[in-house]
Amino acid sequence: MPYKIVASQCTGCSACEPECPNKAISEKDGIFLIDPKKCTECIGFFDEPQCVAVCPVDHTCIVDKSLPRYQR
Amino acid sequence: MEALKEPGQGISARFSNLKGLTIPVAPHKGCGSSGGSGKSSCGSSAGSGDLPSEIWEKVKNHPCYSEEAHHHYARMHVAVAPACNIQCNYCNRKYDCANESRPGVVSERLTPEQAAKKVLAVASEIPQMTVLGIAGPGDPLANPDKTFQTFDLVFKAAPDIKLCLSTNGLALPDHVERIKDFKVDHVTITINMIDPEVGARIYPWVFFRHKRYTGKDAAKLLSERQLQGLEMLTQAGILCKVNSVMIPGINDDHLVEVNKAVKSRGAFLHNIMPLISAPEHGTVFGLSGQRGPSAQELKALQDKCEGEMNMMRHCRQCRADAVGLLGEDRGAEFTTERIESMEVEYDAAKRRAYRDSVEIEREARKAARERELLTLAGENSGRKILVAVATKGGGKVNEHFGHAKEFQIYELSVAGSKFVGHRRVDLYCQGGYGEEDALAGVIRAINDCVAVFVAKIGGCPKEELRKAGIEPVDQYAYGYIETATISYFRSYLQRLKNGELVDVERGDAMIRQGAFIELGEPAGQAA
Repeated sequence: MPYKIVASQCTGCSACEPECPNKAISEKDGIFLIDPKKCTECIGFFDEPQCVAVCPVDHTCIVDKSLPRYQR
Repeated sequence: MEALKEPGQGISARFSNLKGLTIPVAPHKGCGSSGGSGKSSCGSSAGSGDLPSEIWEKVKNHPCYSEEAHHHYARMHVAVAPACNIQCNYCNRKYDCANESRPGVVSERLTPEQAAKKVLAVASEIPQMTVLGIAGPGDPLANPDKTFQTFDLVFKAAPDIKLCLSTNGLALPDHVERIKDFKVDHVTITINMIDPEVGARIYPWVFFRHKRYTGKDAAKLLSERQLQGLEMLTQAGILCKVNSVMIPGINDDHLVEVNKAVKSRGAFLHNIMPLISAPEHGTVFGLSGQRGPSAQELKALQDKCEGEMNMMRHCRQCRADAVGLLGEDRGAEFTTERIESMEVEYDAAKRRAYRDSVEIEREARKAARERELLTLAGENSGRKILVAVATKGGGKVNEHFGHAKEFQIYELSVAGSKFVGHRRVDLYCQGGYGEEDALAGVIRAINDCVAVFVAKIGGCPKEELRKAGIEPVDQYAYGYIETATISYFRSYLQRLKNGELVDVERGDAMIRQGAFIELGEPAGQAA
C-alpha cells in the first residue's frame, strides 16, 4: 500500500519532497502529493517511510488502504 | 529599602497576583490570516568601548547583535525556508501560531529569486536596512539549497548587506563550510538545553539521516550537533549568538548551565527569550497549560547569566518575514505582489550616505550620554529603578504614549542608564480615543517601572498612571533616552533626599503573549 498525503493536513512545508528516494512527491498549489505508482513505501531504501518520519504534522502521510501493497 | 530589592524573591507570590489579570491574546487566526511567519532571532548591550575592535566592526551596524545599533539600523527576514527537521513543543506547524506561521498557506513562501528582489526593494526604500537574515519559517539548514541560493543572489547584487541565519543546529556541522564560503557574518543557534533529560521534555522528535529519533536519544543527538556546530563556527571566526527559550519548570534553572556551555564554546551573545504559549496556538505547551515567564523572572535569569557573558535583552522575537527596525514591522508594505511590479533601483552610494548621517547621530548620542553621566559623579547610592520609554527609534524619547506599541525598559543607577528589555502592549490610542482596557494592559506591562517617558500624553492616562504609581514624564520629549533617564534619576535621588518621594514595592509585570504582529491596520486587538 503506497502512502498518500492528506491534503487538508498538509502545511506545504516541503520537508518530505527531498527525502523521498523515489522522487514520488511533488507540489501542487502549495501542498504536496505522492504519486502512488512511484511510492515503494521506502522498502529497500530505509527502515521507515521517509515522508512519515519527516512530516511535522501527525497523520498527514498515511497508507492508502484503497491501493494494493507495493510488490518488489 | 530599594524598590527593586531582591528581584528574584517573591516572584511566585507576585506572579500569582497577576492571575486573572491575564492580558487577552489576539484571537487565533487559523489558516486564513495574512502575514508571514516568525521566528525568534536576534544583541549585546556592549558598546564600542567594551569589545575588541574587530568584533565591534562586525556588530556595530547589526540591530540584533548590538543593542546600541538596534536604535538606528534595521533588519529583514525572507521566508524561503519552510521545512524543518525537528519538532519543538512550543511550535505548531499546522496553524499560524504566535511565533511560527504555517508555511505555504498562511505565509508567503518566497523563492530565492523573489526573496532577492524583495531584499533589494526593501534596501532601496529603507536605507537603515543593513542585515538580511534567514530564519525559517522552518529551519534554514533543513532547506540548504533555498537558503544558500538566496544568499548567493543577494551577495552578488548588494554586497554591502550582511547575511545571517538562524538555525536549530541539527544540520549545522554539515554546512559550516558553505556558511564560510558564502561569507555569512553571523549565525544564531537556538539551544534550549544540554541535558537530554531536559531536552526530552522540549523536543518530541528529530529527523536525522533518514531516521526519526525520539525521547532522550533525540535530545542527545540534537545537543551534540548544536554544540559541535557552535564550536566549528567560532573556530572559523564566525560570530555566534545563542537563543534559548525560557520555559518555567522545564529549563529555567538549567539555562544557567547552558549559558556556561555555550560561553565556553565561544558564543558571542546569549539571548534568553520568554516562552510564548497560549492554548489557541495549538502547541503542546499551549495545550498543556505550560506558562511563560513573567518579566521579573526573565530579568532575574538574564541577570544571573550576565556575569558570564553578554546577554541580549532587546530581542523582539520577530517573524521570519519581518522588515524594519526591531520593534516595528513594515512587512505589510512589501507584499510579493507589490515587489513583483516594482522597478528596483539599488543605489549603494545613497545607502552609504544615509549610514554616514546615522553615524553622526550615533556619535552625538554617545557624547550626550557621556556628558550627562558626569553629572552623576559623586552621587553615592545603591538604588536601582526601572523606567519605561516610548520610542520609535533613533535612541530618542519620541513616541506619543497612545501610539506606543512597546515600551523600552531601562534600569537606572548611579552607573547610568542600562537597557534591560522591552514590553509590547496593545495600542492605547485607537483613532484618537483611549481604551480603558488597553490602558490597564499598559499598566500591567510596565507595572515594575517608576516612570514612563513619553513625547506626549493626554491628561486622562496621565492621571491613571499616577494612580498606579507610575510617573508620566513628558519634559524630555524628543531628547536622547540616556540623557533623559540619567537626568531623571538625578532628580529622583534628590526628591528622595528631600522626602518628596517614598519608595514603594514595585509589582511584577506581565509579558504580553503573542509575537510582534502588525496587520497593516492598527490592529492586534482582541475582538
